[in-house]
Amino acid sequence: MTYITKPQLHHPRLVENALGKTRRDYEGSVSTLCAGSGHDSISAAIIQAAYELDLPPHRVAKLSGIGCSSKTPDYFLGASHGFNTVHGRMPSVLTGANLANRDLIYLGVSGDGDSASIGFGQFAHAIRRGVNMTYIVENNGVYGLTKGQFSATSDKGSKSKKGVVNHDSAIDLVSVALQLGATFVARSFSGDKAQLVPLIKAALSHQGSAFIDCISPCIQFNNHAGSTKSFDYVRDHNEAVNTLDFVVSREAIHVDYEPGTNTLVTQHDGSVLNLHKLAEHYDPTDRISAMAYLAGRQAQGEVVTGLLYVDPRAQDLHEGLETVETPLNQLTDAQLIPGSKVLERLNASLR
Amino acid sequence: MQRTITEGPDYFHKVVDCQWACPAHTPVPEYIRLIADGRYSDAYMVNWRSNVFPGVLGRTCDRPCEPACRRGRVEDEPVAICRLKRVAADNKSDISAFLPTVAPRNGKRVALVGAGPAALTVARDLAPLGYHVVVFDGDAKAGGMIRRQIPRFRLPEEVIDEEVGYITGLGLDMRLGQRVDSLKDLLEEEYHAVFVGTGAPRGRDLDLPGRQEAAANIHIGIDWLSSVAFEHVDRIGKRVIVLGGGNTAMDCCRTSRRLGGEDVKVIVRSGFDEMKASPWEKEDAIHEDIPILNFLVPKEFTHENGRLTGVLFEKVVAQFDERGRRKLVPSGEPDQHFECDDVLVAVGQENAFPWIERDLGLEFDEWGMPRVDEVTFQSTLPRVFFGGDSAFGPKNIIWAVAQGHDAAISIDRFCQDQDVRDRPAPGTSMVSQKMGIHEWSYDNDVSNDLRHRVPLRAKDEALRNVKLEVELGFDLQLGLAEAQRCLNCDVQTVFAEPICIECDACVDICPVDAITFTANGEEGDLRMRLSAPALNLTQDLYVSGELKTGRVMVKDEDVCLHCGLCAERCPTGAWDMQQFTLEMTHAGEKPCAR
Repeated sequence: MTYITKPQLHHPRLVENALGKTRRDYEGSVSTLCAGSGHDSISAAIIQAAYELDLPPHRVAKLSGIGCSSKTPDYFLGASHGFNTVHGRMPSVLTGANLANRDLIYLGVSGDGDSASIGFGQFAHAIRRGVNMTYIVENNGVYGLTKGQFSATSDKGSKSKKGVVNHDSAIDLVSVALQLGATFVARSFSGDKAQLVPLIKAALSHQGSAFIDCISPCIQFNNHAGSTKSFDYVRDHNEAVNTLDFVVSREAIHVDYEPGTNTLVTQHDGSVLNLHKLAEHYDPTDRISAMAYLAGRQAQGEVVTGLLYVDPRAQDLHEGLETVETPLNQLTDAQLIPGSKVLERLNASLR
Repeated sequence: MQRTITEGPDYFHKVVDCQWACPAHTPVPEYIRLIADGRYSDAYMVNWRSNVFPGVLGRTCDRPCEPACRRGRVEDEPVAICRLKRVAADNKSDISAFLPTVAPRNGKRVALVGAGPAALTVARDLAPLGYHVVVFDGDAKAGGMIRRQIPRFRLPEEVIDEEVGYITGLGLDMRLGQRVDSLKDLLEEEYHAVFVGTGAPRGRDLDLPGRQEAAANIHIGIDWLSSVAFEHVDRIGKRVIVLGGGNTAMDCCRTSRRLGGEDVKVIVRSGFDEMKASPWEKEDAIHEDIPILNFLVPKEFTHENGRLTGVLFEKVVAQFDERGRRKLVPSGEPDQHFECDDVLVAVGQENAFPWIERDLGLEFDEWGMPRVDEVTFQSTLPRVFFGGDSAFGPKNIIWAVAQGHDAAISIDRFCQDQDVRDRPAPGTSMVSQKMGIHEWSYDNDVSNDLRHRVPLRAKDEALRNVKLEVELGFDLQLGLAEAQRCLNCDVQTVFAEPICIECDACVDICPVDAITFTANGEEGDLRMRLSAPALNLTQDLYVSGELKTGRVMVKDEDVCLHCGLCAERCPTGAWDMQQFTLEMTHAGEKPCAR
């Protein structure tokens, strides 16, 4: 909680992006979260990614549910559309908004309580349907707002701040997302912006359901010895499978790694993911082996991060449903009410 | 890079750019906070201790602090530090109770030659210690150039009387109207030490054709100003040309406008931008309808029947050689003649020591300046000390004050048979400003106001009376608003690496991208790898020791707003905001640590 607003004065040599905006123009109001919260770092990464992608703020819709994580959309992209839903219902509201207006860029922000407990079903179906969105879970493995109970993503055997050992199995959102058919799946860490920012940029330009599980230590209630979501634990067990350069066009690719250690993935919109392999033999376009790899490493207590899976031929919900391309709010009365003759023709076709 | 050593007086002092730049090291942010708090007398005394003449300097200082001010690097203009000093002086109550008490006489006699800012500073520092201080000056009133050369419309006489009075009231033995004509004679009297603070009293002349013939209407700037100050002169011709581009030239032209000059011009050899006058003084002259013409070199004073008719100028252009040195070369255009009734020559000042015999053992250099130690201000004759313009040539009041303090320390140590080279350290302290979880004992909310303008008297009224002060000064509201622009650079960001958990909270919140956690490297490499490249090489990097992840914290001090948000967002208290206090130790004092 900070009492003063962040000063408007900024570094005199801030660089403007293609829209003439500086990074500071993508900020929101000042955070009211606890000092040091990982969530604030994720907000900063989203600001950086939106700035680097030259996103027009008014073309972005940010949606969230309830919880510390779900408060954060107030702290970034202050000039974008926002919707704060009831607990766990962000995926459904986002799906509806996306169906009504496919032209906006959808960013869902949620937490482990909001997505793995009360909203688990909603999460599953939004992913399963391939809604074109970026879905970020700010995962701290704890109910911070209610003072530190285990959440559904707390690892079995991990300890609470008071020393209680968790006996429930954890939901691994990354594995679930892979299983349910997400076409872009990544895991990252709030304390590693060099990894996180390119992942958010790639996710925002992915045409399909992009899911990022971002481990975000809760300083107040889950940053102690025995926690598996603390800064120290994640830093000690972080196993990045690759590093990502996100490039907008193929021409701009500059590869300075040894040949054979790079994978180039071109997405639907022409953007290119330049992946530098860190783990040998890891292929981020092979869903089945990604799942197996994750399960294997996880069993050894490692936290696998990086771009875990991407399907460059992703399809989104609109393609499956063959919906109209124009956003509904731009359709005229004549288009929406085509008249009784059209209705008769339609009925006749179904008889 | 090595871990930054912040212990000792220098590292954090440099961060307080204004205080570092001030020759007397006035604690600027401290007195600005006191002004914001309405504690004008306290703000005045903080100044008085450091710079002796807050009311005078608040109107006339050359303000080396302002170009240094950090605010000027994050937005357009620095804090109006100088004019805030005047707010303290204008609004204080009776401060006589805060003035030093005078100790019983210690049996040592010190003669001060001159009663200008340097000598009065020496007197201020030595008299309370019990020295018998004897002050000689040729003028009838004390003050030196402050009284003689600064026009009254910039500095009212009451202000001079008041601030000179605080010092003469410390039991000085004032010998006004007594010019010292021989140092030898003075040394034969019973003085344990002599301080020479005679300034740079001689104005340079221009020896051009026509100078002698038209002498009646050609005046030396500083002499003419002092004739105006002492009311020997009260008019000038309608058409006046001022030659020279320094602050004296600005005073000359503006004074002329008030004494009947209707068509007053300043004509300079160099370009407008290279003029020595401070930008604000040029602005004030232009505001009073005085054009400044440049690249004109005076060639001849034209005259008719023994009367000045004008000045002939050669037109020049600036050329730069391969080493970037500027040369003025004739442009080839025809010479230009400007008609005028009077000319004021303000092309520089010189030192003059006709009263110092050259066989006393007091050495002079090839330029006729005494050989003076730059630290102790001692001459080659051990009991004679120099300070102010007479020591190292023309500078400004604030330099004279700073040198006076240093000379006073030397004189005190010399008279007490101590080594004059052994200088007292400044007193410093660091005090945490933390009051609560997000509460600080300073106002950390940064004002977005742009620099406020000092209200001026209406031009037609101001130009009618040479004694009427033209600047009205900030009123309380404007003074408060301007004080709030100060970034509190003395409240330092102090980093404790053992408790940092590298959560990035400070990096994310910093409004000016000053903080980076990265792998260590050489300074040049590190400067380019920061959140915002640190291109201002005059500003230090604050580098921590190695952190848990093997990285280091690097903070670029350049444009830090001292808003304290890094400390507010820090979950472990690894960042703290601590007020750094540095007080110069004056003669007879022990370094004070609060």
